[in-house]
Amino acid sequence: MKNYIIRRIIQMIPVLLGILFILFFILEQAPGTPVSNMMHPKMTPEQKAELALKLGLDTPWYERFVNWVGEALQGNLGYSINHKKPVTDVIGDYAGATMLLALISLVISILIGIPAGVISATKQYSIADNVLTVISFIGISIPSFFFGLLLLKFFAVDIQLFPLFGLQDPLLMSNNLFDKIKDVAWHLFLPSIVLGLNSTASFMRYTRSSMLEVVKQDYIRTARAKGLKEKTVIYRHAFRNAVIPIITLLGFWIPGLLSGAVVTETIFALPGLGKISVEATMTRNYPLILGINAMLAVLTLIGALVADLLYAVADPRIRFD
Amino acid sequence: MVKSETKKQTNIYKNQSYWGEVLSRLRKNKMAMVSLYLLIIIIALCIIIPIISPYSIETTDMKNREQHPNSVHLLGTDKIGRDLFVRLFYAGRISLGLALAVVFLECLIGVVLGSLSGFYGGMIDAVIMRLAEIFLSFPFMMFCITVVAVFGNSIPTLIFVLALLSWPSIARIVRGQILTLREMEYMEACEALGINDVRRIFKHLLPNVLAYVIVYATLGMASVILTETSLSFLGLGVSPPTPTWGNMIQEARNMLIIQHKWWYWIPPGICIFISVMCFNILGDGMRDAIDPKMKR
Repeated sequence: MKNYIIRRIIQMIPVLLGILFILFFILEQAPGTPVSNMMHPKMTPEQKAELALKLGLDTPWYERFVNWVGEALQGNLGYSINHKKPVTDVIGDYAGATMLLALISLVISILIGIPAGVISATKQYSIADNVLTVISFIGISIPSFFFGLLLLKFFAVDIQLFPLFGLQDPLLMSNNLFDKIKDVAWHLFLPSIVLGLNSTASFMRYTRSSMLEVVKQDYIRTARAKGLKEKTVIYRHAFRNAVIPIITLLGFWIPGLLSGAVVTETIFALPGLGKISVEATMTRNYPLILGINAMLAVLTLIGALVADLLYAVADPRIRFD
Repeated sequence: MVKSETKKQTNIYKNQSYWGEVLSRLRKNKMAMVSLYLLIIIIALCIIIPIISPYSIETTDMKNREQHPNSVHLLGTDKIGRDLFVRLFYAGRISLGLALAVVFLECLIGVVLGSLSGFYGGMIDAVIMRLAEIFLSFPFMMFCITVVAVFGNSIPTLIFVLALLSWPSIARIVRGQILTLREMEYMEACEALGINDVRRIFKHLLPNVLAYVIVYATLGMASVILTETSLSFLGLGVSPPTPTWGNMIQEARNMLIIQHKWWYWIPPGICIFISVMCFNILGDGMRDAIDPKMKR
């Protein structure tokens, strides 16, 4: 097991380097040098050259790539001019809201999507199944920004049940921790529904098809023939086997949720990674773009690894060596 | 009675080609057929409405600006007096056309690389699959945003980026299929007949994979439409004045419009929703029709 993890991590390195290399190459094609934003228009060419030298921009881009990777390994992702802070600090400031939102949505989609998928599969072609199937098709087909705007219109603008934007109420005077949690939860309610709908629908579809495949197996017939209760057959025998492919999905879903957060955070004006990466694009803040991309790429690869390891937890037959 | 029914059943399939069989199975799937007809209607409207409408997408009419929906302007006009009804369907041309271009390009890259990878194996396979892994591990949305930040948001850039990020899935499907087909006996026969590699791939292997590619392409249309409209909504996709369903909804980020003027953003939203849903249902139905054993 330990060897397997080490081997997988070693295999991840070239992929990660490949991603970073392509990103670095693309950002290098950007018009203007990274210092053009920092330069004072009255600077002399000598001063400009000196600044470039100080920032290490006199070397070719592949050399700077190696330097960047070296620095990144030591936890230095560069400096965000717009925020006047190191990139790692900026990411640290904004990651909280995104992670919280993604986590809530993930929990919602697991708690609703998987049981709904099981019900849908065990009662195939029933009214409940048809209704759930239609809902899941709607869930994977409705654009999240449109759904978000609809919720915003009905629940925040028209009946004003939920706040329009932000993560906290700036006018909240209470210092009580419970009040604060309630306030944040109130603000995150609509965004997490928007972000969660798509993944709930996907989980439902995957669970349904996975369950349908499992319940056709011989050992399920055997379990029924033994006279086991239907509940035991479904939840102990079938579900245990059906859940394995869903776990893989879970690993790949984490980066997907973070991508989805870009749209959700923009609609609800949440101070998260998605919002600052759109801002970073508009202001051509390349160190920040590179930093966020690098972090997400690492998360994607870790997600895939975690999915593989969870495989073994769900299915004791799988052994890594 | 029962006997005649079975006879009828077998008659349907008698003397039918593979594609004929697939089609007759698809025809029995009501949801998929309704989706297909809806898509045909939407596409036809997107082609016809901008031609027959008396308004063009760019004509501004300052006298009649910010009109509510009425009998002349079915969906009203915007703040510089452009007819929103004709813009809606012109936007459909852009959104659907762009998605079609992306899917075509992505299938082209995916099929070529996937079949090379599966057919030759060894070093070629290792390189292509590692490349696929890199592109699959890109944070999708973030990468699109990055490329747009650097190269600007023109339609060709957008097509290229979306295709570049999507080919690995199709390459993997094609590779997997070819790996199994390669071991079949008829391929041995090909070898015995001395048929060259190109002919073997294009004439004898790919036609067997085509069905899967078509299913994937249909489902791919749905996801590309969603991605493009999301990017355009964020202001990072197709930029105005060229309308797409995504950037038309951008208007709804204005509180006044979201509150009082539904005709700005609800119709394009519904258009995206319906076309994505139809592509999803049709793709699903086609998968079931192609492989009845896989029926889910």
